[in-house]
Amino acid sequence: MIRIESVTKRYPDGTVAVDRLSLEIPDRAITVLVGPSGCGKTTTLRMINRMVEPSEGSILLDGQDIRQQPVNTLRRSMGYVIQNAGLFQHRTILDNIATVPRLLGWNKQKARARAAELMERVGLDSALAKRYPYQLSGGQQQRVGVARALAADPPVLLMDEPFSAVDPVVRKGLQDELLRIQEELGKTIVFVTHDIDEAIKLGTKVAVLRTGGRLAQFAPPAELLSAPADSFVEDFLGADRGIRRLSFFPADGLALETAPVVPVDADAGEIASRATAPYLLVTGSDGRPLGWSEPDKLTAGAVDREQLLDYGRPFLPATDSLRTALDGAVLSPTGWAVAVDGEGRAVGVVSQQVIGEAIRDAHSRVAERADAKAGR
Amino acid sequence: MNVLDFARAFFTDSAHWHGYDGIPTRFAEHVGYSLEALVIAAVIGLPVGLVTGHYGRGGNTLALIATAGRALPSFGLLVLMVIWLGLGTLPVMIPLVVLAVPPILVTTYEAVRSVDPSPVDAARGMGMPEARVLFQVELPVALPLIYSGLRTAAIQIVSTATIAAYVGLGGIGRYIIDGLYQKDYEKVVGGATLVAGLALVTLAVFWAVSRLTVSPGVRRSG
Ligand SMILES: Nc1ncnc2c1ncn2[C@@H]1O[C@H](COP(=O)(O)OP(=O)(O)O)[C@@H](O)[C@H]1O
Ligand SMILES: [Mg+2]
Repeated sequence: MIRIESVTKRYPDGTVAVDRLSLEIPDRAITVLVGPSGCGKTTTLRMINRMVEPSEGSILLDGQDIRQQPVNTLRRSMGYVIQNAGLFQHRTILDNIATVPRLLGWNKQKARARAAELMERVGLDSALAKRYPYQLSGGQQQRVGVARALAADPPVLLMDEPFSAVDPVVRKGLQDELLRIQEELGKTIVFVTHDIDEAIKLGTKVAVLRTGGRLAQFAPPAELLSAPADSFVEDFLGADRGIRRLSFFPADGLALETAPVVPVDADAGEIASRATAPYLLVTGSDGRPLGWSEPDKLTAGAVDREQLLDYGRPFLPATDSLRTALDGAVLSPTGWAVAVDGEGRAVGVVSQQVIGEAIRDAHSRVAERADAKAGR
Repeated sequence: MNVLDFARAFFTDSAHWHGYDGIPTRFAEHVGYSLEALVIAAVIGLPVGLVTGHYGRGGNTLALIATAGRALPSFGLLVLMVIWLGLGTLPVMIPLVVLAVPPILVTTYEAVRSVDPSPVDAARGMGMPEARVLFQVELPVALPLIYSGLRTAAIQIVSTATIAAYVGLGGIGRYIIDGLYQKDYEKVVGGATLVAGLALVTLAVFWAVSRLTVSPGVRRSG
């Protein structure tokens, strides 16, 4: 575990970048440092690998002061990923990734074999091995940066805004990839970002810093959203934190209705028997949704697909959250969200009203748990 | 007779192709002085430029030295050195080296200093020792610019090494100085042509060395 103990950093020009910061960074989890620009995130991160020395306080790694081992030994035990990847333009992708193993004295062959393994792990095509950094896109370069940091299998990974310079679509891909890699490798990751959405998506725990390098709140993301410590954290979380909080409630408990789902080849009797609902969801012969229709506009055997209403974005009850389900319902012209299975087949529908009840239930369960924890 | 006729006459005269005053001997002498001066200048300029560039300090002092070095007239310095040290190679080497150090020093400093800071930061953060950061991260990227400084220095040395002839030494300068003295314009033009030719050869050598030693990753992106 990394323990930051009452650390202050005062730069020679008098700037106090970090002010008496204490943090316990849990092992094998992603801890995110988030806050506005200039609040001391980078300084904090760089004190962990001694790229910056604290003015006061100390940092412990597994109970031992990080100043007790040679600085380069410490750094080689911590992967380091920076915003612009910082690749060596004169080295091939493979040799970039092999850097730390080579520093540790591995022979070239073994280091390259390891590098090739890592390219696969971070989702890089092996055809890129002999290329040079200028031949790669920003997203690919960032993957190389992550692979290079992981090459010597360090227990700790320090990442400073690694995905800030790529476009949103690529960024999402990189974030998902990081979560997947973390699932496999279980590193102790300290991740710096100024993007609260990224913090909430990636963080097991999130430390919100305020300008002047003081800690505003250190909590799991769900707790941050449900109970911001003060108005600074609340403002930083943004206006829609209520909606975003729904990301932490699974949609698998929603009561789905199957009655309003009719196959496209249903006969008149079947349509009539289901006409209790205001809208029916018509599904194709493969079970996938086609669109909504009012029951009396449906004629058996002759469904006009052009006349069907758009069904919005379906959700997967097994993996999606109440946020996705609610989004689907809000986007649907009928106010009902469509649930599908992994193959995209409709498994039921659910109304905004039912989702609303599920949200209230989820909130009250959280409140009960909080009460129980507080011993009330 | 025009310049081309002079040159043709000089190069077709078989007497000019052998003996102690033949083209091969004079050419080799010239290359010898030039190489010696370039190596000495590089041994002084490269390490100082690399280290100051790496630490990003001393830029102002370097600029001052460079300006002073450029302002010194080579020929004046040669005369001074001969008066002081007498005849020999040393008084010739000093002005050549003084001429060549500033471009090598200043360009090397600039080349290292202008390397993108993020790979350097990443390298340190990975636990790379400082010397490796300089030689394995900064130097390979700075190489093209460093070569351009060496090339400028080499061309200046090659054209200035003709002054060696003034103090009784050999080299291509012999043809120019003797030719002027003897009013033998064939010799003068022939010597000047040889110097220009050697400058072109120098350019070609630098081009080849650069092709062989600069990483394709740097050549294409830089
Ligand atoms: N080397 C330095 N010298 C002086 N001030 C610095 C230095 N590095 C950062 N700072 C200042 O310290 C504060 C925190 O910087 P930083 O840790 O980079 O913040 P963040 O990463 O959160 O944007 C800022 O006010 C910044 O200007
Ligand atoms: Mg920063």
